Amino acid sequence: MEEKLILEDGIEVEQVYRRPETLTDVPYHYCPGCSHSVVHNVLMEVVADLGIQEQTIGVAPVGCSVFAYHYMNVDMQEAAHGRASAVATGIKRVMPDKLVFSYQGDGDLAAIGTAETIHTANRGENILVVFINNGIYGMTGGQMAPTSLPGMVTSTSPYGRDVSMVGYPLKITELVAQLPATYYVTRQSAHNPNAVRKLKKAITKSFEYQQQKKGTCFIEVVSNCPSGWKMTPVETIKYLEEVMFPYYPLGDLKVPKN
Amino acid sequence: MIRGTIKVDTKICKGCELCIIACPQDVLALSVNFNEKGYRYVELISSACTGCINCALVCPEAAITVYREPKPVKKAQAKV
Repeated sequence: MEEKLILEDGIEVEQVYRRPETLTDVPYHYCPGCSHSVVHNVLMEVVADLGIQEQTIGVAPVGCSVFAYHYMNVDMQEAAHGRASAVATGIKRVMPDKLVFSYQGDGDLAAIGTAETIHTANRGENILVVFINNGIYGMTGGQMAPTSLPGMVTSTSPYGRDVSMVGYPLKITELVAQLPATYYVTRQSAHNPNAVRKLKKAITKSFEYQQQKKGTCFIEVVSNCPSGWKMTPVETIKYLEEVMFPYYPLGDLKVPKN
Repeated sequence: MIRGTIKVDTKICKGCELCIIACPQDVLALSVNFNEKGYRYVELISSACTGCINCALVCPEAAITVYREPKPVKKAQAKV
């Protein structure tokens, strides 16, 4: 793309925003309007801004974002389902000077990988965990996840999630925030420009804390799933604001004291 | 009013309309044309764009490049 353009009426304009250079040229396979892609963009933008492309190692999960390594132009490792934070632990311990992040969805982190996640946070491993919570198993066809809201209609709960039978949605971010070894725990979203700016700040801070060897940073991103929720992308934004955010309130859950 | 413009990579735009609802100037709309993948892509329909980059921030495909008129020299100096 050109650095400068000249408008029809002769005004010269400069480029102020472009696709992050740390993304590969591969177009995303995600559905139209999916938050996964926004978070990929923000994450890679931060990596580009901090100039840490050569030192960053990512761990991809199983789920919709299983092909994250096709898009992020940093060193990546695929992990078994739910074990991304355990794999990230291993990488960080062997190469403590690298910046390691794991990128996981809710079916990965909050269901099959609950034990790995909680113990990684409990050990205070010096990694960043990015947790994408859309309340559904998006990749396999919109089944109920541990994070699905009460009454939420999914393909395995066609009458709505019945809390008397399957329990309440798991607020794993709150669980992790209780552990003494975690350093920075926050819940963000990526549904409007302001939220994206806040998310970018949170990711930047987490990488900086990791450089200072502070402990586990955990960022939950409350996301949408247009295909799984059977809505248009614009409707999912409304649903997020009206239904998801009251249950998963945005904001910092644990901030460093000083 | 500060002037700006955007360029949309129409090949990778999926027409999710998130940029349209994020645009404070309401200058984005879906095209009547389709791209190779069969999506109606987004285009600029007016010259009122201010280059605020809101659309680019929410664009899931990172398909938008934003251009903005540089700040007048006097104002830029006064800020420093």
